[in-house]
Amino acid sequence: MSDLTASELDKVRSILKREPNETEVGIFTVMWSEHCSYKSSRLHLKKLPTKSDRVLVGPGENAGIIDIDDGYAIAFKIESHNHPSFIEPFQGAATGVGGILRDIFTMGARPLAVMDALRFGRLDDAASGDRNRRILEGVVSGIAHYGNCFGVPTVGGECVFESCYDGNPLVNVFALGVFRHDEIFFGRATGVGNPVIYVGAKTGRDGIHGASMASSEFTEESKQKRPNVQVGDPFMEKLLLEACLEAMHTGAIVGIQDMGAAGLTCSTCEMGSRAGTGVEIDLALVPKREAGMKPYEIMLSESQERMLLVADKGREDEVFAVFKKWGLDAVTIGRVTDDGMLRVKDGGVVVAEIPNRELADEAPLYDRPHNVAPYRPAPMEAPEIPRSRDLNADLLALVGSGDLCSKRWIWQQYDYMVRTNTLAGPGGDAAIVRIKETDTSVAMSLDGNARYCALSPREGVKLMVAECCRNLSTVGATPVAATNNLNFGNPERPEIMAQIVETIEGMADACTCFETPITGGNVSLYNETLGEAIWPTPVMGIVGLMKTGPPVTIPFKQEGHTVMLLGGLGACDSTRFGGTQYAKVVLDKMWGLPPALDMDYERRVQSAIRQIVTEGHVESAHDLSDGGLAVALAECTVNGVGAAIEIMSELRPEVALFHEGPSRILVSTAVPEAVERIAREHNVEAVRIGVTMKMGLRIDHNSVTLVDFPVDRLRSVWENALEEQLMPQHV
Amino acid sequence: MRFGVVVFPGSNCDHDAWYALSRNLGHSAEFIWHDSASVGPVDAVILPGGFSYGDYLRCGAIAKFSPVMAAVKSFAAEGGLVLGICNGFQVLVESGLLPGALLRNRELKFVCRPVTVRVETTNTPFTSAARRGQTLTLPVAHGEGCYYADAPLLAALKSEDRVVLRYVDNPNGSLDDIAGICNERRNVMGLMPHPERAADALLGSADGRVILGSMVYSLSAAHA
Repeated sequence: MSDLTASELDKVRSILKREPNETEVGIFTVMWSEHCSYKSSRLHLKKLPTKSDRVLVGPGENAGIIDIDDGYAIAFKIESHNHPSFIEPFQGAATGVGGILRDIFTMGARPLAVMDALRFGRLDDAASGDRNRRILEGVVSGIAHYGNCFGVPTVGGECVFESCYDGNPLVNVFALGVFRHDEIFFGRATGVGNPVIYVGAKTGRDGIHGASMASSEFTEESKQKRPNVQVGDPFMEKLLLEACLEAMHTGAIVGIQDMGAAGLTCSTCEMGSRAGTGVEIDLALVPKREAGMKPYEIMLSESQERMLLVADKGREDEVFAVFKKWGLDAVTIGRVTDDGMLRVKDGGVVVAEIPNRELADEAPLYDRPHNVAPYRPAPMEAPEIPRSRDLNADLLALVGSGDLCSKRWIWQQYDYMVRTNTLAGPGGDAAIVRIKETDTSVAMSLDGNARYCALSPREGVKLMVAECCRNLSTVGATPVAATNNLNFGNPERPEIMAQIVETIEGMADACTCFETPITGGNVSLYNETLGEAIWPTPVMGIVGLMKTGPPVTIPFKQEGHTVMLLGGLGACDSTRFGGTQYAKVVLDKMWGLPPALDMDYERRVQSAIRQIVTEGHVESAHDLSDGGLAVALAECTVNGVGAAIEIMSELRPEVALFHEGPSRILVSTAVPEAVERIAREHNVEAVRIGVTMKMGLRIDHNSVTLVDFPVDRLRSVWENALEEQLMPQHV
Repeated sequence: MRFGVVVFPGSNCDHDAWYALSRNLGHSAEFIWHDSASVGPVDAVILPGGFSYGDYLRCGAIAKFSPVMAAVKSFAAEGGLVLGICNGFQVLVESGLLPGALLRNRELKFVCRPVTVRVETTNTPFTSAARRGQTLTLPVAHGEGCYYADAPLLAALKSEDRVVLRYVDNPNGSLDDIAGICNERRNVMGLMPHPERAADALLGSADGRVILGSMVYSLSAAHA
């Protein structure tokens, strides 16, 4: 039954100085699972930068908190729900949204925005396409179901298709909330004698051992684990949100924590451990959905929409009144003690007794071997890259590919406007949400690129951090802080552990350079199915700050304006072309290394674009990323204004159009001199490459026309591709 | 002008309506809790969007039994202006204050996007400041917004000039492109699009002010 190793069990015995009983073994198993304890990654996570003048709360709490001036702050975090979403896509994704929202409002913040980074197997795969389509549809409707009803806008995200996610889709959910500095709450059980109060949904048998399920590989047996997936109730969560925020305002609450992974176990021992106190609860008092639940089941249940709070002794009634108003259960189930123990009783009989601090903080710490090269799924050497027969057709194939096509089919199912703060919603480089109480808006972007990271975890993750920050800078926001979701395979394999270590070290370098400390995040390991690991898939969520105002968007607006490439045309050799979307979609190959990044140049390009956008010199701006210059140009034409482009370059045509060199941003402007002046001040290139025009996109390369399209053709392929891939195949 | 915004436990556009009325339009707006026996001293009532009581059954099916809906009915019976937006429209239909039904969207999916609607009549207090045929850009965000009426009802709605708004680009399969209707007395209106999400140009459209502003105009005319 136990998933503890023999040595972990020995450690339990030495902490307890006796044999643990069944309930205690269960408690240690979930608290010391990879999911809750980060036992394989903790050693390396310490390398990440976590501080800046704006960081009010860093890693270790339910969410990181950043000062946004004027007495306000934002809380944000990303979390994975990968395993549950494979077993039951709709509920798995829905409860993923629910879990991260509770992490935000348990700190006192009202959720303002959600974004999702989704990864699935290929939709066009002959063997698994049907299943991948079903998973995607389930995940998207689960996210929509939960977020829409709860009333938080889903403002962006990403969706990528690779075969490595065939048996292991990734669902990473980011949430962000806002509050005043004096509204921040912590998950601390302070004040000996204070009552411990259970609020929200009743406890059932769902989700028992979810945290340990999320810490093991998928096998045939996993399909039997459906009962481990929880069921979400967004209406209950909405009630819980309103009741918790209102109860916090009474001043009668001293600490609060949601019951997420490992449920009642995690919330009690973490709250006690942080406060250096003990917590004593009686399970007979816990509201239950069904009779006959064993202590083990009650402690490990992951029933959703529950919170644990500690109130000021004598002021319980103020808390109860608020929860009664919202029609929710609120019951005192125990009290804070001074002995540092988690003492669990069942009808007065002690069923578990464990020192809080050891349980929460003394989890095993593993320095897993990683003294080998990270596993690479591709050769280093570039193949002969064939001369393209038809670059028009190549561009159409790229804009109609799963990774690059419009994701409107997905995000139109999300209410991305509720709460009327969304200045820029899905489909842009970054989403922008205004803070009504101040003049500040928050820009946010989620980015991952497992193709780059598979070729080089260290370089790949730097490119991702750079791109995520570039997305924010392109809309005029200054990146200030980050959250990360590390999705990897089995850390007990050295070639996977090496991917993890290189990723964390690369991320540390890049986050230091771009001044975006990591304020928290999530590690999801054992993403393997039948021995096949996913590619290393770190996902970054970075937030930036800007003054509230009309956003700069991607599409060209008017004909006759100058099109410029800030950062220049870039360079790329054949080795560095192997991770591009061109290599994937057109050549069906992968090799070499990701594009080369000069972080110092990237920083200068980003500060230049921020100044250009903030001073209002451009009417459109779009950062170059997957698919390179030609795809970015195509995306700029979706509102019907095209461009005539003339590139003079030594690069061969395929590379000039589709290489993915970073540090480049496409703008259209009526004042090219102003753009050039600012570029000069920041010592970066700004190349005039063409002029906007009606109807068509034409790209000439050294005076040879390579691409020539009516823009509505490009647009219809780009807009409809995903829906066409999702339609049942008519053979 | 005093607006009352009803708050069901699952309302999630209540604050948006309050913000549009008080901050964007500069009128007084207050919340009315769902178990209130009266709507209080207000000039108009807004039933906002959201998921009233979770709406896991038919949207609005439970809300019709709430105390506040009895109060809204008496307010409407006295001639008070009632505007139901999205979930509020669903609640009005379930409560019998407006006829017809709102079914699941034809595509069976939630849809969130700006749509274009056409003002079909200005003979209501909700469109009195508009021009007939004027088009408005307003967001929709719903899973059950496909308006349905049987043939006699549809004929009555048309002959009595009670189809207030029609979609130019129907997002949900609504019969006859109907986006909003009013009651016989013309003091209760329901619509699926969200005028409160379009009261601030910064968010992409301020066309929602045509509807909210019409209410203000009609009320001040009545007060005068």
